[in-house]
Amino acid sequence: MLEYGTKIVAGVTPGKGGTRVEDVAVYDAGEEAQEKHHADASIIFVPAPFAADAALEALENGIKTLVIITEHIPIKDAINVMAYAKQANATVIGPNTPGIISPEACKLGIMPSHIFKSGSVGMVSRSGTLTYEIAAGLTRKRLGQSTCLGLGGDPITGLNFIDALKMFETDSQTKAVVLIGEIGGNLEELAAKYISEEAYPKPVVAFIAGRSAPPGKRMGHAGAIVMGKAGTAENKIDALRNAGVKVAEKPSDVAELLAKLITA
Amino acid sequence: MKLFEYEAKNILTKYGVPVPQGGLASDPHQSREVAARLKMPVAVKAQVLVAGRGKAGGILFASSVEETERTAEKLLNMQIKGIPVKNVWVEEKIQVKRELYFGLTIDRFRQQYVAIASGVGGMDIEEVASKTPERVIATPINPDFGFHPFQARQIAKRMGYSGTQISELGRIIEKLYLVGMDYDTELIEMNPLVETSDGKFLAADARMIIDDNALFRHQEYRKKLLEGESELSPQEVEAVKNDLAYVKLEGNIGVIGNGAGLVMATLDTIQYYGGKPANFLDVGGGAPSEKTALALKIVLSDAKVRVLFINILGGITRCDEVAKGILEAKEKVGVTKPLVIRLMGTNEEEGKRILTEAGIDVLESMEEAAQRTVEISKTGGA
Repeated sequence: MLEYGTKIVAGVTPGKGGTRVEDVAVYDAGEEAQEKHHADASIIFVPAPFAADAALEALENGIKTLVIITEHIPIKDAINVMAYAKQANATVIGPNTPGIISPEACKLGIMPSHIFKSGSVGMVSRSGTLTYEIAAGLTRKRLGQSTCLGLGGDPITGLNFIDALKMFETDSQTKAVVLIGEIGGNLEELAAKYISEEAYPKPVVAFIAGRSAPPGKRMGHAGAIVMGKAGTAENKIDALRNAGVKVAEKPSDVAELLAKLITA
Repeated sequence: MKLFEYEAKNILTKYGVPVPQGGLASDPHQSREVAARLKMPVAVKAQVLVAGRGKAGGILFASSVEETERTAEKLLNMQIKGIPVKNVWVEEKIQVKRELYFGLTIDRFRQQYVAIASGVGGMDIEEVASKTPERVIATPINPDFGFHPFQARQIAKRMGYSGTQISELGRIIEKLYLVGMDYDTELIEMNPLVETSDGKFLAADARMIIDDNALFRHQEYRKKLLEGESELSPQEVEAVKNDLAYVKLEGNIGVIGNGAGLVMATLDTIQYYGGKPANFLDVGGGAPSEKTALALKIVLSDAKVRVLFINILGGITRCDEVAKGILEAKEKVGVTKPLVIRLMGTNEEEGKRILTEAGIDVLESMEEAAQRTVEISKTGGA
């Protein structure tokens, strides 16, 4: 992240206060770090059993944008973190996310930088490597990205698709949006409703993973499970198509569909 | 982690939620002992973690201790939807006046737990919610406020109860919330929650799913999962122990990838080209060669697999490590099935070199690789 230009001002690891990593000072606690540095944002890699505590510590100490990379945080803990974030007026990205990147500007995450190029396509996704796959396809077709946001693969995440769509709408750099969803939950359906009801002004292209997933089985991500009939890929694809969104059949089709829409 | 009906009922009993009198039996003789303590008739219920157990013949009735033993013997020798019945739960049949529903689940959009109640129990609650939403009472639970006894009583009233039944039902609802919170459930429900002919309430069936990510704080259940006492197959348990996400499917194309979304998309793409995936397997990020080798072993342990597609897009995952893992697997496990490998990302050149030198082709495009894999699965060619 430092190489990319992200201004990392401090690290927090209980017990490692006083040390330095890549010449960045490390503190034992968020309070100390914030007294000195007044950071706006933070990124958490703390293991799952302790991650929620770290998140609460960050929020308690004035962090307004919090990226939680950690996977396997219990649902109950995530629910508590989100409630506190709401109270603190802070934005949580994740958990179980690769983070957020505005190519050639800033990166708070673990995505491979070289795949992304600056441009006008906003990306929002529940996945990690699938996002890189699609981003690589966009970059190859010279469709650079304005910002790529990883919502995370868990059932409870800080942001949802509608939050991202709203932000992309008011972002002058973004001319089109790529939405990458998967089975489980109803966030894609709610996004489709939003796109339709608000007559969303920018073109949206989507890919939904998990058409081949059987019901009742968790496909890797904690949030990727079809419960009964709810959360199927078909439901999501239908809802999005009905809202005027172009839905790709395979990951590489996203760049093709987008290219057509943007030149049109 | 799905709990068995008997596990859920035992927990509810601990918390003071009434359930029909009953007991567990793992052999017909034991079922006699249980039945001897109960009033006839009884229900004999196969303890399996599949949906639609009743329709599949997993719930039978008996009117005597002898009949209970014969019924238990029948069920214990059966398979319900392919799952062998290891235990039966024998309980008193109840006189039902009304079937209700109460459960606690998650509302992803609101980022909260939500309590769901309905005066229409014993049915698929999702169907009730979609066909007659007015018959479903949803109470979102604000984590800062919690869920209080007065809210439980409110729900009881809205379900049509009055007098002492308000508090009785309210207490049960309240307790179910406590169980859910204590056990980190992602779903807990009583369906049906029965009002008996003498106005009492009993949880006739109970379902609990513990959040897998919370198992580290429920070691008793984590142990059961790792010892095979859950719905997971032996391969799935081995995968869990080694931090691999594995789901067995029905087809003949083995799949390994890094990242759940990418693996799902890989399965979808295989299907798009007319192939049938045999499994889902996510090796996760930064997998060392041993983990990749184990992944190959698990996938190839399924005899149906005719060809294996490995799709790697390396961010923190290094393509050369993956390549080494594949060669390790070939050596240790002996890989006889054709491999189709797609490598892209960190150290892709080195990974490609390692495999090409060992005579294994590496492709750059995911779709090309998927197509090639499907061809091989149909023709068996290498």
